[in-house]
Amino acid sequence: MKKGSLERKYTITAYTFLFVPIIFFLVVRFLPMIFSLAMSFTDWNLLSKDINFIGFENFAKIFSDEVFLKSLWNTIKYVIFGVPLVIFLSLIIAVMLNRIRKFQWLFRLLYVMPYITPLVAVSWVWRWFYQPPPMGVFNSILLNLNLSTQQFLGSTEQALFCIVITTVWVQLGYCIVIFLAGLQTIPLEYIEAARIDGASRRQITWKIVVPLLKPITLFLVVMQSISFLRIFTQVYNMSVQGSGGPLNSTKPLVLYIYEKAFVNFDMGLASSASLILFALIMFITFIQMKFLNEKS
Amino acid sequence: MKRAILFAVLFIFMFSFAFSKTTITYWQYFYKTKQDTINQLIKEFEKENPDIEVKHVTFPYENYNQKVAASLPAGVGPDVINLFYGWLPMYIESGYLMELPKDTFNKDYFDNNFYPFVEKSVQYEGKYYAVPTAVRSLALFYNKKILKEIGLEQPPKNLNEVIEVAKKLSKYDKRGNLIRAGFTMQPSGQHHHWLREVLVRQFGGVPYTSDNKTVLYDKTGAKSEVLQWYVDRIVKDNVGFPNFLNDDVTAFQSNMAAMTIDGSFRLGTLDANRNLDYGVVELPEYNGIKSNFASFWAHGITTNAKGEKLDASVKFLEFITSPKAMELWLKNTGELPANPEVALKYYDDPKYGPFLKGLEYAHATFFADEKAQRELMMNAIDEVYLKDVSAEDAWKKAADTEQKILDEFWNK
Repeated sequence: MKKGSLERKYTITAYTFLFVPIIFFLVVRFLPMIFSLAMSFTDWNLLSKDINFIGFENFAKIFSDEVFLKSLWNTIKYVIFGVPLVIFLSLIIAVMLNRIRKFQWLFRLLYVMPYITPLVAVSWVWRWFYQPPPMGVFNSILLNLNLSTQQFLGSTEQALFCIVITTVWVQLGYCIVIFLAGLQTIPLEYIEAARIDGASRRQITWKIVVPLLKPITLFLVVMQSISFLRIFTQVYNMSVQGSGGPLNSTKPLVLYIYEKAFVNFDMGLASSASLILFALIMFITFIQMKFLNEKS
Repeated sequence: MKRAILFAVLFIFMFSFAFSKTTITYWQYFYKTKQDTINQLIKEFEKENPDIEVKHVTFPYENYNQKVAASLPAGVGPDVINLFYGWLPMYIESGYLMELPKDTFNKDYFDNNFYPFVEKSVQYEGKYYAVPTAVRSLALFYNKKILKEIGLEQPPKNLNEVIEVAKKLSKYDKRGNLIRAGFTMQPSGQHHHWLREVLVRQFGGVPYTSDNKTVLYDKTGAKSEVLQWYVDRIVKDNVGFPNFLNDDVTAFQSNMAAMTIDGSFRLGTLDANRNLDYGVVELPEYNGIKSNFASFWAHGITTNAKGEKLDASVKFLEFITSPKAMELWLKNTGELPANPEVALKYYDDPKYGPFLKGLEYAHATFFADEKAQRELMMNAIDEVYLKDVSAEDAWKKAADTEQKILDEFWNK
């Protein structure tokens, strides 16, 4: 038998196995996307029987909608505050965890716990933490420390940050595990060589370890940005009646889309908003890839 | 053998044809006691009408509208459907509901058999589309134990006096944080209705024109003073605030609120709580004006029902809205009969009585977009309470937003 034909056989087998997921991907992911693209130019309402092509009317309507602009800005805020915080914290914790030998598994487990807990449960527990006195845990602590109580989720200024903190707490586990895996791939020789050359611990961390982690950091930044751009469950469960309040101060784009689609049944408008979110995710990811790759 | 099977199949086919029943489908959202009650009613109905079979399907409340929207256009949905009266315009506009046969369901029928607000709320552009079994209204719930602390058996009847009592019953910690509410202030609960249909009227205003096309609460009566009055109870009196103990129901249930405004549908939940000793009275009056907000779920016939199915659906609709059904409904679910004659028996009932009396002067809001109209009221309160916007501006903004929603709806 020829060498090439065996290889070809392998390739065919591989393609055969890949065929099923590809079909699945096309039907479940790709087709609805195309459908949604088409729908964004129509006035399709789930409750009405006819669909009309209306051009860019949906987009004009969206951009003149105060609530949309507010949720767009909120979404960007989630990314701006959430992503750096989660990356920075998880990197520090991962570096520290990498140093200890005893009970590393225990700490790792503790940090992963929030990530594997259902997000709805997490949201409700945190919602309870943030309650005004006499119920909220954080406010009880503040009271015991003789500090003034805070409104947290009830305040238009604080609510978004409260949700960011909860999300960071959840995402930490995931990022730490990935960073730890990355740290363990760094050849010890590099670090030993640096140590022999008289580099301090801090120098080793910031000049050797962190730069070597760049590909992993890039991956995490992209993944976390996408997850913060798609934030929904936390906000839905932590705001009164899932409204993204108070006064839309925590409403992200996904919640806006959800409301348009499944409360108002305005599928056309919701599709247009989805398209904008899609473009935003593409754009941010693209910038990050380009920016972070170039630096390395 | 083959031939025998073929004959058998043919026989069964012919047989089923000769004795075929008309099957209709009834949809409602899932709520255990309501499901059981309808099942019981269906059994009785089928006994009376052996040629009709009713299929009963329930869905989680959250995706009720989606289910309907996905099925009806495809012609596989229900024939008779249970829906919130506030959704009627949306359903009718979408062409999902059929006008009810005029020979049975006309103005006389509604005037003679139902509370006055029902007739107005089940019609759309002069045609009738739905019939309720039960209705709901609001009342003042009070915690007997807490009121006794100041020697009261019942809260006073006047709004100002109620607030005075609430102030006395509110408790604070050393730093002035509210730890027991004298009166819950929860716009996301029933208060947005209370504000719109009760307080506005008690302050001399009218919420909307009678054709439901124009917002009037910012132009009549005390205008934005209503909102100011409401927010003052939170900020100045601090008898309660939004989301105290998460929500008003939790606060009242855990004996942490002396008084609260809630609907008749809450009776069941509260009765199940053994640690709570509560009473109910009519909503406090003000300036000598009594008002209340009523709402209901009603049954309509969809455009899917045609021919025999339509006849069967009409029969079924009449059956589940009959006085007999209302009695059963009240017994099982605690919801108030939509027929005043049926309700008459319960006027002296300590729990149902106040709600039933409230129904006589109740108003049902016309909702073009229930959620948006609820939220704009909540937002108006939040803006004054959280953002220090003037009550005038917030009230005007709410009215403008609501007017836009109504305009958009009527100009469709």
